[in-house]
Amino acid sequence: MFDGRDPVYLQIADQIRQDVLSGALEAEEQVMSTTQYATTFRINPATAAKAFTQLVDEGVLYKRRGVGMFVAPGARERLLAEARESFFADTVDPVADAAHVLGIDIEDVVARLRVRAAHPPVVAAPVDAPESAAGGTR
Amino acid sequence: MTAATTAWGVELQHVTQRYGDVTALDDVTLTIRAGTITGLLGRNGSGKSTMGSLLAAFRRPTAGRVLVDGEEPWENERVVPGVCFVRESGDVLDDYSLKDNLAYFSGARPWFSHELAGELLDLFELDLQRKPSKLSRGKKSAFGIVVGLASRAQLTILDEVHLGLDAPSRYAFYDALLADYAEHPRTIVLSSHLIDEIERLLEEVVVLDRGRVLVTQDVEGLRAEGVSVTGPAAAVADFVAGRDVLATQRLGGTTQTTVRGALLEGDVRRAREAGLELGPVPLQDLFVHLTDPGRTGGAGADVQGADR
Repeated sequence: MFDGRDPVYLQIADQIRQDVLSGALEAEEQVMSTTQYATTFRINPATAAKAFTQLVDEGVLYKRRGVGMFVAPGARERLLAEARESFFADTVDPVADAAHVLGIDIEDVVARLRVRAAHPPVVAAPVDAPESAAGGTR
Repeated sequence: MTAATTAWGVELQHVTQRYGDVTALDDVTLTIRAGTITGLLGRNGSGKSTMGSLLAAFRRPTAGRVLVDGEEPWENERVVPGVCFVRESGDVLDDYSLKDNLAYFSGARPWFSHELAGELLDLFELDLQRKPSKLSRGKKSAFGIVVGLASRAQLTILDEVHLGLDAPSRYAFYDALLADYAEHPRTIVLSSHLIDEIERLLEEVVVLDRGRVLVTQDVEGLRAEGVSVTGPAAAVADFVAGRDVLATQRLGGTTQTTVRGALLEGDVRRAREAGLELGPVPLQDLFVHLTDPGRTGGAGADVQGADR
């Protein structure tokens, strides 16, 4: 675990964000302490602490003095909003670009998306989209 | 429970250590930050153990100043009990039972934890009635670790203490080290040739090469400095021109070059546009490249750039 090119603390922060996004970590839920992180993943406690500092700055976690780190209320909604915002730029646009390069009709891509959306893989947890986000998908 | 351990920092100012004609440390200036786990890396004979001996006041430097928590450790009654130096030999009383050894070391170490010693003895399955001289190399190393960690010294130097330990025992050692360090923060200097295994435990790293300081840096920063660039030979050569090239490998028309020096955002974009792949360089590889005797500009040349 945590073997990528990015610094380990960024990978830890990313993992926690993913857990908050997926609901594995709920609002007001306590996250592992730096000590638990250090011993579980065999990393320097300062590395884990650096990840926590970043997440506190972002408002994903907050600190209760003497108790530990907790998921901030509304953190999931904020992360979802951010992820939705970047979804079209990061995920959809490259598909359109690749289809253009390959000479694939964009209508075929749309048709494929419709089929896929009608039969989602079982593992994908449905995301309860707030109504405001519906505008982006037409 | 004994009084809380504090962490002691280290400073070496122009330290030189000679043994006859051999210069083990050559004008070394460095800082080890209090409260960190710092990796002391270097090839055999690079001066790591000499540095440990100076910090533990086993000897005085030929020239320069060694400071532990701001004071020279030599014949210093305040500092010496707080510096625990364990070498691969274990640095224990060979012909006394482990029980007698523990009695001796706990007397010499004001912050010694019998509780931790007991846990570690169980972990490594050590028999208190045995003598270190009768133990296998691995068990002897393990006992050195027990003494080193249970002493809870403000400055703990563990020099190749993993030698002879099998992989499960080494990982048990790493886990015990992290767990106790997290509960009782102190300065730990860890020296090992198994860089891949200890890389994640470290916050900062000192690389010694032939008695000189090659690098003192935080580990994340050092890791981020090494980049492998892979792609068509001409494009790679173009991209790495003017950079600090550590190594180059060719396979057919493809070249992989390892460079040192952080990449700017523009560099990353330029690499992508040129069809080049950028990848991580394990600390172990960086270390091998940096301490390669055939490397031009080797020891000393890039000390200034690496120092903060």
